[in-house]
Formats: sequence, structure tokens, C-alpha cells
Amino acid sequence: MNSPIISRREFLQAGGALVISVAIPGAVATALSQSAAGAAGKPPLLPDQLDSWIAVLPDGSVTAFYGKTDMGQGIDVAIGQMVAEELDVAFEKVTVVLGDTALTCNQGGASGSTGIQFAGIALRNAAAEARRILVERAAERLKVPVDMLVVDNGVVNVPGYALQRASYGQLIGGQFFQSKLEWNKRYGNPLAIKGKATPKKPSEYKVVGKSYRQAIVTEKVFGKLQYVTDMQIDGMLHARVVRPPNAGCGPQTVDESSIEHIPGARVVREKELIAVVAEREWDAVRAAEALKVTWAPACQPFPTAETLHAHIRQAKVIGSETPIKKGDVDAVLKTAHRVIEAEYEWPLQSHASMGPACAVADVRADGARLLTGSQKPHYARNGMGKLIGMDPEKIHSSWIPGPGSYGRNDAGDAALDAGLLSKLTGRPVRLQYMRQDGTAWDPKGPAAVYRGRAGLDAQGNVIAYDFFARGFSRQDVVQTENEPKDTLAGQMTGYAPKGNIIFQTPSEKYEFANKRCGWECIAPLLDRASPLRTGHLRDPLGAETHFASESFIDELAHAVGADPVAFRLKYLNDPRHIAVIKAAAEKARWSSRPNPNRGKGGVMTGRGFSYTERNGTIVAVVAEVEVDRASGRVWAKRFTVAHDCGLIINPEGLEIVIEGNVVQATSRTLFEEVQFNRDQVTSVDWATYPILDIGDAPEKIDIVLINRPDIAPTGGGEPSTRTVPAAIANAIFDATGVRLRKVPLTPQRMKEALARA
Amino acid sequence: MKYNFAVDGKSATVDADPAMPLLYALRSDLGLINPKFGCGRAQCGACTVHVDGVPTRSCVMPVSAVAGKKITTLAGLGTPEKPHPLQTAYIEEQVPQCGYCISGWIMTAAAFLRDNPKPTDAEIRGALAGLKCRCGTHMAIMRAVKRAAGTAA
Repeated sequence: MNSPIISRREFLQAGGALVISVAIPGAVATALSQSAAGAAGKPPLLPDQLDSWIAVLPDGSVTAFYGKTDMGQGIDVAIGQMVAEELDVAFEKVTVVLGDTALTCNQGGASGSTGIQFAGIALRNAAAEARRILVERAAERLKVPVDMLVVDNGVVNVPGYALQRASYGQLIGGQFFQSKLEWNKRYGNPLAIKGKATPKKPSEYKVVGKSYRQAIVTEKVFGKLQYVTDMQIDGMLHARVVRPPNAGCGPQTVDESSIEHIPGARVVREKELIAVVAEREWDAVRAAEALKVTWAPACQPFPTAETLHAHIRQAKVIGSETPIKKGDVDAVLKTAHRVIEAEYEWPLQSHASMGPACAVADVRADGARLLTGSQKPHYARNGMGKLIGMDPEKIHSSWIPGPGSYGRNDAGDAALDAGLLSKLTGRPVRLQYMRQDGTAWDPKGPAAVYRGRAGLDAQGNVIAYDFFARGFSRQDVVQTENEPKDTLAGQMTGYAPKGNIIFQTPSEKYEFANKRCGWECIAPLLDRASPLRTGHLRDPLGAETHFASESFIDELAHAVGADPVAFRLKYLNDPRHIAVIKAAAEKARWSSRPNPNRGKGGVMTGRGFSYTERNGTIVAVVAEVEVDRASGRVWAKRFTVAHDCGLIINPEGLEIVIEGNVVQATSRTLFEEVQFNRDQVTSVDWATYPILDIGDAPEKIDIVLINRPDIAPTGGGEPSTRTVPAAIANAIFDATGVRLRKVPLTPQRMKEALARA
Repeated sequence: MKYNFAVDGKSATVDADPAMPLLYALRSDLGLINPKFGCGRAQCGACTVHVDGVPTRSCVMPVSAVAGKKITTLAGLGTPEKPHPLQTAYIEEQVPQCGYCISGWIMTAAAFLRDNPKPTDAEIRGALAGLKCRCGTHMAIMRAVKRAAGTAA
């Protein structure tokens, strides 16, 4: 049947990286073969080379090389639109190649909703430059000034002279552009390039701003898409890891005889990293279960789950910042007519990706191949090179769609594990984690405690606002796998973890006369490989921080008896922010009145408001909930979202992305909390880490897209995530008169709060 | 042990440990890629296939239990040339994001719609309970199932 076998046949590409012939999804395979075929003349893969970004093939089709990846939201469609627009070719003529170290520059991988904001602008500039060069060539060939030429779907014409025309395919003539670009000498998200060309004005757009679909959806729907889990290299071994049952306790003895009865199974060990390999996958699975290991005694590195937030309040602070300081908050709070104060808690959360991670690696003496679902294949290559002692330039790393993502999930660990296991066995290795490896051992979204304090004057005006966070850093492990220290393979083989100390303050524009926002970070719970290390989970800290800050704003509105929307508008001056809030309120037919409504019956209904900003994207959300008095169940029944991310590239695509954000954020708000005891994470699967079920999905999500063609596009992949949690909590308050300040907002917590009220 | 069964209309023989789950037979021995390993615990649905028409979590179904049976996978449910109505609806509604969960939702919904051609929203939610989608595409799933049933508003 249709198994994608990678042949052992290999050849050296001009660039020097070992290329192992790969039956990977179409566009990449085609581009690789073209790249190899024409490699003699191809300039080096550097950002200042136009050929690193755009290829125009003799048939007039276009390949765009995009150094990020797509997690299923279809960013590649938007990139294809931007490239087609600038080149004046039909969208269907553009193929976008994603995240491959042999074909794309390192634009940071999927990261921070910058796919359009930064990386897309680079592609747009490159496409505009390619068009400029092609049109200049046409002017020479047709002996007509450039400004008399128009381009229609890749054909340069002289209006009124039907015979005077030249196609892009003719103009490029099977050659490379061999043209330089300005480059800011940065890699990753900040990478910026531009040519001499001026990109189009938004008023000229024909492709940007329209809705195009994801072709890859069709492959998924017919079960034909090859995921990273479906990759095979001829001669590969199947591997499974064996993680310590108790955190911080490495292996003492490994009883290899315990798996003797399983055909071909054997143990591979490097310091504290233990894995089993076998020729057949099921045998590797069985062997990992059967292997007897004696582990170091349990050492209780964790607090109990019940005391996690008490630990956060008491723990030593290792770093802090107060980025927002305006006026004299302390002095004004002392003299305020009234002070409102509240604290909020957010738990540790797992990426709990749809499937546990998988990676396939083939390490040989003269080079290596890595197939990974990591959002950041360039960095995964670098980290793998450092871990196995190989020049990263000799490793060809390809991103292949994985079983889910949303930040620094377990895919980053699997990549380096696979590389190390291939090196140790001398064979290609396909490593797939088991469910518990994915849920229990992925980096976690940080837990935190937030405290808001506000001073009110006698008229109910906010005269001082003080908001502080204390929690685990969002980067106990850094968001890339560039360094082995940030991966389990590294940490289990001698690299000491060393994260960054970084947290967040609320992103909004409330104009309080005296305002102070800051944070304090506490140390990780363990100085070794830890299942409770914290890292990036979709919109890192955004859901956490704005659950607290927008709940607190709602509490202030309640304290002064104000309508929550009117209260927010009173303190905002920025016209874009005001417009988004008004758009959401209007679409939801928000009725101006103070909260709460406080229902009396068995099912109480309420509506809540929340608004946030994220790196230029502004979102407002109205949530409408039903709370069942007897069971405590909260149903987030309806949402209305207003979303302004500047210029919109693909409206229907953006709506789908926003829907996913809203539902996933609802799941995190109502259901998700990593369970653990003093020694181990006990959330190991879907039963012990429940997420939203379809029975809890909203009935309707209305979305208002505010298009601002003259404002540069910002991200859509994450910003609506942070707006949802407080909207739900505020709606619960409206429905019940009870304020829930601890996520997840479970039926149990709801019932207890109702009983206390 | 050798086990014979039919997969997507073709007969297949697998020589395996009787306890080996069907999922590994389909993926490792027969080279099918569409049923996915999601949890190995019958909790998510990513491995779902029809066994004699019944949606079954192949990650926990021993291969020995399907001898002589007819198995249909997502790739056998319909093809681009002859798509199942749910597949058409999934494309129309652009449902999947990562898409790794898709066998669970489509194979479960296909059997459900076969027996309940005009379901209500509540019936759809009930039939699909327990399936997981981490990307949060549930709204689009509901739209697609209703579209396939011809009950879309």
C-alpha cells in the first residue's frame, strides 16, 4: 500500500549537507530535486540571495521558500497569496515550501504569531523584487520602457500590442536570479530582507484580502497526508524511551534480560537516557513496557498539586521586572477612598498534543537527516548537531506535519532523542513517544499567581492600579531546541538546564493616572530533567495573565456599579482599541447594565466581556454562559469576537484560526490542569488530563473581522487565546454573582463557590 | 500467528503476536498511514477504523480478534473520485487543522449518519462524545456533519 519508504540512496548536494532521498510530501520533494538538479548554479542558501526565497520555473510556476512552519492553520496559504500578489501570478501557480534546512532560511519556525508579521513581509519583499527584475528583463527584451509594461498572471504585456509579450518562464530561462537583497544580518523571527522594489499598495491588491483554501486539507480528509509519524527510512529501527517514574531520579540498573523474549529488542542507554529499539514497532512498544529498571529512590522535588500556588507565593524570587510605572501608585493607594484587591491562580497546563511526538533521524559518519514535527526545524538541527558532535551544516532537517503542536511541545525533545539514538545504534531510528511521554513529560505552560489592587476615589474613578504576577518563567526551557540543555536528551546526558527568566505584564491600554505592572519569577521545581519544567504553550502566558487582568477590570467595574464595557471605554483613548470593543459589543447586542445579572433558576445565564492586545493585534470577546446550579457545570455557549490584526490576508482562513483559538482557550479555562504528586506527574493521558469534549463546544461563535488595509498585518495565530478566559469568568460572575478566581473553572469549584455565596 | 482479514476491500494476511493491536498491523505490516497512534488507550479516536461497519479503536483491538472481518479505514471510506459525503463536507468546511484526529471523527460520524441520517445537534454531540481534537475545530466538525446530513442551516 502507500507506505512512504525513504531509500538509502543518497547524494551530496552542492551546499554540503547530506541529502538522503526522501519520499516526503510533494512540494518539498519537488523543490529538493530542482534544487539538486540546478545546484551547480544556485547561490548559497543565505538570506541576502533572492534565489533563497523565490524560484520561477521554466513553466512559469513559482516556488516560495518559507523558513517557518504551519501547525494546520494554513499560514502557507497566506504566504502564497502575498507572493502571488507581488509577482502578479495566480495564487494557484505558487507553491510554498516550509521549514527545511536545505531549502529555506531560518526565519524562526512557527513562533509568536509572526508568520505574516515578520516572515511574510520578507517573502513579500522578495516577490516584489523578483517581479521588478523580471519586468526589467522584459523591458530589455521587448525594447519598451518598464512603466509601459503590465503583468497579467506571469505574462508581461505591452497594453495595446498583443504580440509584444514575454512570460516569466521565458524571462527566467531556467536560470537563477543571482541577485542580492539587503539583509539585516539576523536569523529567526527578526530576519528582515528587502530589495530595490517597492511592494504594492493595498489599494492595488487582487489576491491579498480574498479567501483561499488549504489544499493540504484534502489530503488529510482522504487519509493521504504523510505525517512525521508516517515517515520511514529503509533499515530503520523503531524506538521508545523509558522515562523515570519519579522526577529527578535517574536509572541505577537496567535488567536487559527482562526484554530478552522480545524479538530483536535491545536497550540503548546514554547516561540517564534509556530507550529500547526493535526492528518491529510493536516489539519496541512491548519492550518499553517490559523493561525492568531500578531507579534512584523518590526524592519529592515537587509540592503537592494542592499546595502549588502556596509554593509560588512563598518561593524565592529569581528575577523580577516592573515594566510599567506611571505616577505614584503606593502613595495614591494609601489615600484612596476605597481599595479593591483580588488574587487569581492559573495552573500548570500541558500541550497534550493530539498524538505524542515522533521524529526520524539517520546519523551517518558524513552527515545526517532529521525529520521532525518541531515548530523550529532549523534550531532542532543545530541542537541535534551539538548533541551528537556533528557540524549542523551537515544535517538536513525537514519539518513534516506532526500530531499537533502549539508551542514548545514534546516534538522538540523527540528530535534530539532520535538523533542521539541513531548515533548510538548506527541505524536510522524512528522514535515515537507513548501517550504518557507526551502528556506527562512535555514542557508545561507556567502556573502563576496574580494580584490586582486598585484605588478608587469617592466618585468611583480608578486613581491607582497595581498588578503583579508571580510564577514560573515561560522559558525554563527556551522555546527553541538550539541548545541541548533545553531538551530532555541533553538534560539526561549531562547538560545542566539553564532557562531564561521571563514573564509578562498585561497588554492593554487603560489610561490610569497611576499605574504599575510587574512580575516576579520563581525557580523551576527541579534542577534536572523535569516533567514540570515550563515552556511556551500557545500565546505563552497570555491566557494566564489576561485571565487575571481582565477579571480584575471586571471586578472594578462591578465595584463602581458600572457596565463592564462602558467602564473599559472610559479608560481608553486609542481609537483602534475602542473600535474593537465597540464592534464586539454591538455584534453581541450587549445591553448596558452593571454585572451581575444573578440568575435565580436551575440554569443561570450571563454574559462577560474581555479585551486584550497582543503585539499589535487587538481582540475583544463577549462570552455568554449557562451555569447549572445543581452540577456546577459551565457551558460557554456563545462567543462574539472582534479582531483587528491590521491588513487581513485571508479572511476565511483567519476566522477558522480564531475559532480554534476560542475553543482551545475555552478548554484551557474550564478543564485543563496538570495533576501531580510530590514525585511524579499523574496526568498521563486524556482520562487524567481532560480537555474540552464536543458536548462542551460552544453553540455559536460570531466573528467580526476589522480589516485595516493601511496598517501592516500583525498575527492571528494566538491573540484571541488570551481574551477568552476572563470573558468566561466574567460571564460566570454575571450569571451567578460568584467570582471564580482559580482556573480551571471546574464544576466542583463552581459548586463550592455557589455554596459559599 | 497468521491472521486473514480484509482492509478497504483487499484481503490481507498478517503474521503477528495475537495481542498486537490491529493499529500496528494496519500501519507496520500493511503500510497504511491513515489510522494514527494517538493514545494507545482508546481515549482519543485517532486510530478509529470500521470493523464490520462498527467504529473501533484499533489501538486496543487485538489483531487476533479481527480475523475474518472486514476493515474499512478513512482511505477506504471514500476517495477523491468517490468521496464520502463527510469527506466532501470536511473539505467544504475546511475542518482539519493539524488533522491528526480525523479518523476518529469521520469514521465515527460516518457510522452514526448511516444509522441516523437526520440527527439533531444534541444527537450529533452525543454520538461524537469522547473523541479528541486538540486544535479546537469542534465548530467546523459540527458544521461538516450537519452539511453531510443535509441538515445544515
